[in-house]
Amino acid sequence: MQPDIRVQPEDFSQEREVAALRARGGAVGAIVTFTGLVRDLDGEAAVHGLHLEHYPGMTEKSLRKIALEAAARWPLCDVTIIHRIGVLRGAEQIVFVGVSSAHRQAAFGACEFIMDYLKTSAPFWKKSLREDGEFWVEAKASDAAASERWRS
Amino acid sequence: MITVHFFASLREKLGCATLELPHSAELDRVSALIATLATRQGSAWAQSLRDEKVLVAVNQEIATLDASLRDGDEVAFFPPVTGG
Repeated sequence: MQPDIRVQPEDFSQEREVAALRARGGAVGAIVTFTGLVRDLDGEAAVHGLHLEHYPGMTEKSLRKIALEAAARWPLCDVTIIHRIGVLRGAEQIVFVGVSSAHRQAAFGACEFIMDYLKTSAPFWKKSLREDGEFWVEAKASDAAASERWRS
Repeated sequence: MITVHFFASLREKLGCATLELPHSAELDRVSALIATLATRQGSAWAQSLRDEKVLVAVNQEIATLDASLRDGDEVAFFPPVTGG
């Protein structure tokens, strides 16, 4: 399996991505997708948007590694990971993960695994553009715990 | 040469995105690189780079302070990631 990895400022179309995952034909029995959006509240503060910084080169490598690790754990047909960079406004799409497999269990499991690992190991950083200033988003312990549980 | 990148809040704190250091026999590990930068750049750098939350990558793979360095390597320091 060759995962489709894209890191880009441009928006994406879920419809088009799902159609691409379907195009493989009869082997695919299940497609699970996750789409992450920009929220317009950071705690109590109103947020104008996010600035997403990344480490060009390492980002793509680490996403590919996560996709291949998912494919080693579950029988997958295809994996698509799209992550946007630059300035994103409230309700905009940030991230897309699409996984196709013969059966739903593998697709559900792999999609969740990829998101959990992406959150803790892909080199992206969010800066929150709030009414009261610009603040780097702190890493959450709950994200580390979500990623950690796959190790057992 | 060793190329060193800094990202996100760490880049802003240090006021530096990228620097280059000539490789030498003493600069054999990430820990030695940190010691060199701390001496050369001052206490703010020493404190920031020794923050236990700071992550390091060598040639775009997550690494430890013990990781060895060779001429031409690319090293990066950055805070915990927050994508997704």
